Formats: sequence, structure tokens, C-alpha cells
Amino acid sequence: MSRNVLTVEDLKVTIHGQPVVDGVGFHVAEGEILSVVGESGCGKSMTAFAVMGLLPAVARLESGSIRLGDVDLTTLAEKKRRKLRGDDIAMIFQEPVASLNPLMKVGRQIEESLIVHRNLDSAETRRVAIAMLEEVGIPEPALRFEQYPFELSGGMCQRAMIAMALICRPKLLIADEPTTALDVTIQAQILELMKRLRDTTGTTILLITHDMGVVADMADRVAVMYAGRIIEEAPVDAIFTRQEHPYARLLLSTIPRLDGTPKTVLPTIEGTVPDIGEWPAGCRFNPRCPLADRQCVERHPPLAPRADAGAAACWHSDKVGAML
Amino acid sequence: MTEIAAPRRASIAPRRIPWPIVPFAIMLAVLVAMTVFAPYVAPLDPNQQNLLARLKPPGHVARGVTYLLGSDELGRDVLSRVIYGARVSLSVAFASVVLSGIFGSLLGMVAAFYRGWIEIIIMRIVDIVLSIPAILLAIITVAVVGPSLYTVVIVLAFTRWPRYARVAYGQTLSVANMPYVRLSRFMGAGWPRLLGRHILPNIAGPLIVVATLEFGLMVLFEAGLSFLGLGVQPPTSSWGAMLSVGRNYVATAWWIATFPGLALFLLVLSINLIGDYTRDRLDPRSR
Repeated sequence: MSRNVLTVEDLKVTIHGQPVVDGVGFHVAEGEILSVVGESGCGKSMTAFAVMGLLPAVARLESGSIRLGDVDLTTLAEKKRRKLRGDDIAMIFQEPVASLNPLMKVGRQIEESLIVHRNLDSAETRRVAIAMLEEVGIPEPALRFEQYPFELSGGMCQRAMIAMALICRPKLLIADEPTTALDVTIQAQILELMKRLRDTTGTTILLITHDMGVVADMADRVAVMYAGRIIEEAPVDAIFTRQEHPYARLLLSTIPRLDGTPKTVLPTIEGTVPDIGEWPAGCRFNPRCPLADRQCVERHPPLAPRADAGAAACWHSDKVGAML
Repeated sequence: MTEIAAPRRASIAPRRIPWPIVPFAIMLAVLVAMTVFAPYVAPLDPNQQNLLARLKPPGHVARGVTYLLGSDELGRDVLSRVIYGARVSLSVAFASVVLSGIFGSLLGMVAAFYRGWIEIIIMRIVDIVLSIPAILLAIITVAVVGPSLYTVVIVLAFTRWPRYARVAYGQTLSVANMPYVRLSRFMGAGWPRLLGRHILPNIAGPLIVVATLEFGLMVLFEAGLSFLGLGVQPPTSSWGAMLSVGRNYVATAWWIATFPGLALFLLVLSINLIGDYTRDRLDPRSR
């Protein structure tokens, strides 16, 4: 097994004392794509911000360790941590157009990380930036370098943002719903690009998404989050064939199937994700779970190894398969 | 080569300046030119007295010298004094706008960028300074350090910076949350880069608008302070000082106060109109 680029253990983040990420732990191996999936408000973006060390001002890191290789980021001085950002860890967002400064040439923004982290002369910086633009599949990179963001399409802006993120060859790329704002054609292109770059540069990717199609297409491993916790984690093939947590099972059953009977009513998960601060005791999925019993209300199930690979946090993991 | 032509730099056609602005823009340009080239433009030495040609009306000719706009109580040429007076007005206004603009914008940006106690301290100081009456402060300062152009500039800069601080503060608050600022931070950029390269260019529009409107106000303030005798000292001419003296002769020699007053009016009017126009151009909501 290759070594882990990122190891997160027992991560707890609170907002005004209310937990939003509650004991999350996962690891990403070198060159792997780990996909973190979950509904809005389940704490997946907050986990990403914690890894970057840039939580919103209201959020607080309570406990846990985040290790990049062998370096513990949580105890690292801010100055040293800032040196890692953009150099060893980079992040891309879901708003490609708004993520580029409208008053700055695209090229200048791509160079920025190089200027901050590397000491190259301006001609060399420019050469590397243009090469990077070419690498992310932007035609006529030298021309695009001189253009402003408004002259680029949304897909092109996302490519430019990926170029910005990868220019220093980071070990880890965090992609927070990178294709949500793009139409499906461009989405497929961007995903293809990310996979290709992973293969050519060996960048490890932490992909945050709620789109199961993206997960199936991209991920090597999947971690499903619900209400601040990881409830099931497994290799992508394993989790799509068999789930041991009812939420994961129901989530995947809501996706319409090409081989399903036409015009049947799609299954839904009753209820809504509980708001932060209103998480129930015991298993947090218990109010919505068809399998819930007293044990589920009283005690939170630990993340236990699945029958094949990965782990799931459910008292009744053996019954999930026969649930629907 | 691809068949599809890549989009070239979109040509940003200069929008036509609306006709009502044109004369004022020209007037401002002429005034500025007059200020810069005062020694070549002014027909006479502004401080040259001629006691035989006191209080002469516009167009008066004495010993081969024409007093186009008349002469004042010491026989000095009013036109030359108005031209030299523009130098004082414009340079005082310019210096105080630049000083207060830089200082205020910087503090406002820092307050919004760092939040927390820095924000509280800076914004409360802004509130305090806004409550200080400029004229009162000017009188006290002049009483302590004596009247001079520098005193006027310092007093104006000190009392006016909070306006820029407030605008910069509000604008920075909204821009600092833009994804591109976050992204740059996520790429490891430090605060000088974030403030200088990402935030400042994106909040510069509103600050420029405030500066143009403030410029007109500063011209008036300087005239007011000089009118009260707190600014420029005789014999140096300033529009405010000329108004102050001319007031005594307004019944017998109207031209002494009228022409500097007219110049003041036209200058402030053109600056304000151009400032309004700039705001319309730069403010995306009014497009």
C-alpha cells in the first residue's frame, strides 16, 4: 500500500459551540481520488476548510489531527502553514468565474502561486504559467495569458482555476464541487482533465461533491458523510454494489437507473437533514431510518469494518442489504 | 492553425462623454492649465501694488497697463490674483485629498480585512473624528502652530479621512468575501498581496468617486479657512482671502469679490459634475 498523503483523525469543528464536523477521520493515499459525498450542511466543505487551515471566522477547530505526509498541520505555525497553501495543498471551488479577479489578467493570476512560493525570474514564471495553461487544455495559451476573466467562458475559467491550483505541483488538490456550476458537457471535460492530470502528475485529489455520477466517474474510494460524521467509507466499486449503512443505501437508491422500469416513482429519503445543533442522540440518521430501534436512539454506532473492504457505522449493517 | 478565430482583446470603445459635461471638463482643464502655467498666463505680478490705480473697474488702463478684471484696494491686478489664487486652491485641495484618501482608504481596508478588535478600534476612531468640527479644529491648530498652507492641508486631511475609511471599509467587507480573494488566500497569498492586488483594484472605483466629490469640498474649505484668515497669509492671494477683503468694498468695487467668487463657483461646479459623471460610469448599479 502506498503511503498516505493526507491523514485526518477525529476532526472536530464547531460553530458557536455547535459541532458541524464531529469526529471525522479518513486518509488519502498518494495518487488516489477520495470522494467525500453528502448533502448540503453535512460538514464536507468545513472539513476541507479545516484541512486548508482557513476555517471561517465563526468556526473553531476543537480537536483532531490533520497530517500532510508526516507533518501535523494543526500544530504548525500559521506562517509555515501559509507556505504550504498553494504549494503542497491547493484548492479549487465551485464558482469558476467568480474565483478569478475580474481586474487581473488570467496569466497574472496563474503566476501568483509561483511568485509567492517560488523564486523565479519573471520570464521563467511566465513560461511556466503558459505551459500550465496549455496543460489544462486551454487553446492559444499565450493569448489567453493576456486576457481578462470576462473574455473566458465558464469552462475555461474552471480550467484556469485548475491551472492556478496545480502550478506549484501540489501533493494534494482539494476540489470542492468543481463542476457544480458547469453544464454537463463541460463538466465531463473538466473531470476528464482532472483525471488526466492525476495520472500525469500523480496529484492526490480530495473530491467533495454531492453528485453520484461524478463519484462513479472519478473516485477510487468514497466516504459518505451525514450530519458531521463519516457513516460509510469504501472503494468505489464496493460501495456502488453493496452498502452497509441505510443512508448510503437510500442515497444510492434515489438515483434513477437506465435499466429501471420507466415511469416508476423514484424512491426518496423521508424527512430532511437535521439542522446543526439539532442532531439527535445515538445514530444521527435514526429519525429517518427504517431500521432504527432503541439501540440506534441510545448509542452511536462506531465505524466498523465492512464485510468486504472499507467501514460502515450502523448497528444493523447486516440487514441493510435486504432493506428495500 | 485553427479555423475558429480566437477572440481578440475586446475593444472597449470609449463611451462618448455626454454633452453637458464637455464645457465643464474644458473649464476644469483650462483652470488646471492656468494653475500650472500661472507665471506665463497672468498678465501682471499678482503682488505688484500700484497705489495710483486702486479700486479701478475692469478694463481700466493706467500707464499702459490694462487691468482686465479691475484692481483691488492696493492697486493689484484682480485677474492675476485670481490666477495665482487658483494655485493655492487647487494645490491645497489636491494635497489634502491625496493625504486623507491614502490614509483613510488604508485604515478602512485594514479594519474590514482583519475584523476583530482592529476593526472596532479603527471604526470608533472614525466615528470620533467625524464628530470633530473642521473649522473649530482649524482655529485651534492655527492658534497653536500659526497659519500656513501646510496647517490647512494637515487639518483638512485629518478631518476628512474618515469618509474614505468608511467607503473603503464597506467595499472591502464585500470584496473580501469574493471567491477570488478566498482562492488567492487558499493559494498562500499574504495580506499585502491580497490587499494590494486583489482588494484595492476592486474597490478603487467608489474611492475615486469620493475623492472627486471631496476635491470640490476641499476647495470650498480652503476658501472658507482663508476667508476667516486661518489659511493663506497676505500678500499671497487665495480666493477665500480675496473674498474676505473684497467683502469690504462690495458696494464700491464689486469686482474684487465677484471674480474670485465666480472662479470658485465654476471650479467646484465642474468638479462636482465630473465627479457625478465618474460615479455614474464607475458604479455598476447605475449603468
